[in-house]
Amino acid sequence: MWDRNQMAARAAKELRDGMYVNLGIGIPTLVANYIPEGVNVTLQSENGMLGMGPFPYEGEEDPDLINAGKQTITQLPQTAYFDSAQSFAMIRGGKIAMAILGAMEVSEKGDLANWMIPGKLVKGMGGAMDLVAGVGRVVVVMDHTSKYGESKVLRDCTLPLTGKAVVDRIITNLGVLDVGHKGLHIVELADGVTEADLRAATEATIVD
Amino acid sequence: MNKVYPSAAAALEGVLFDGMTIASGGFGLCGIPELLIAAIRAAGTKGLTVASNNAGVDGFGLGVLLESRQVKKMISSYVGENAEFMRQYLSGELELEFNPQGTLAERMRAGGAGIPGFYTRTGVGTVIAEGKEHKDFDGQTYILERGIVADLSIVKAWKADPSGNLVFRKTARNFNPPAATCGRICVAEVEEIVPLGSLDPDHIHLPGIYVHRIVQGEHEKRIEQRTVRKREA
Repeated sequence: MWDRNQMAARAAKELRDGMYVNLGIGIPTLVANYIPEGVNVTLQSENGMLGMGPFPYEGEEDPDLINAGKQTITQLPQTAYFDSAQSFAMIRGGKIAMAILGAMEVSEKGDLANWMIPGKLVKGMGGAMDLVAGVGRVVVVMDHTSKYGESKVLRDCTLPLTGKAVVDRIITNLGVLDVGHKGLHIVELADGVTEADLRAATEATIVD
Repeated sequence: MNKVYPSAAAALEGVLFDGMTIASGGFGLCGIPELLIAAIRAAGTKGLTVASNNAGVDGFGLGVLLESRQVKKMISSYVGENAEFMRQYLSGELELEFNPQGTLAERMRAGGAGIPGFYTRTGVGTVIAEGKEHKDFDGQTYILERGIVADLSIVKAWKADPSGNLVFRKTARNFNPPAATCGRICVAEVEEIVPLGSLDPDHIHLPGIYVHRIVQGEHEKRIEQRTVRKREA
């Protein structure tokens, strides 16, 4: 089984040289720590920045410089700033090659739910609906099951959707799955996980 | 014509009324018009509909207008940082219209640009699409979203010149330009008002035509999530 950092490291292997990429909050943020040597990617932050740098050194925090998770960050030599309308024009316009996002549930059809639990958690979708509708490729990074052991990789999502048929690849603590026309395809198993383990933890249809 | 006002209260004189719609710039607590929000709180204007990406936090930003029950409805994409917001929303005291973040930004941009509606793929197949016109273009389904025209825009910029030309700083730009354009009246608070001619005309982020009133003031600029890294020894 992979831990959070191993999942992030696996997700980082999806990155290709020259890509413009948006990383979501949570495990996806950790992906930035594992960008492979020789792969140069530009991180977009949807609050209005291309070329997001690491966290600042203590004492160098700037309240005018934050990422979409409202964390203090830094700029890089290639950084550009712009307003929110411009930011989502590049997202909606298909200029961002990939988004790596967290999820509460994902379905075998590529449906994604990650923005609310009715009656319990009402935080909002932020930019997630725009991202999944607009970027070239959507990779989801999530735990395969809930803390109660229930599968989060489902035939159909039970929670309100963020997007319909938008997910291309699912990376979990148990392995990597691709969304196909008739169901999910196993791409890779996590260390120490068998195909039987993965199938047992998955409610969705696994084709092969 | 003078656009420069001596205080936030003076800059809002005559433009506030109960039941009005206000578009606000800012993302989280970054680049929010904190002085104008405080002045609206002091003015006591009620029944407000506020279009803003976030709703501030308890005790700061738009959170202060929630505490004083001046807001009837929020149009936002993310409200997760505000316990008072959640309490009022779950008890039915506060209306909430969730908009995807890019849809909200484009609704403001469109409203300011004289575009009453636009089609977007964002939200198709979700609750956001319910009740909205669907239309297919080139084999893809889109939904119709409306432009927002607000009675008042409140924004925060870094620098202004007396003609209202604005320059923003880093990610504090965020929703401020689209919010500024969609108001019938736009009031901007800035850290510095510089003499005419001292801003490079090629480097102006928002032309003064969109900005009707300006006020300079001291900003607290609170940090929401202070994250740092260790210096290597």
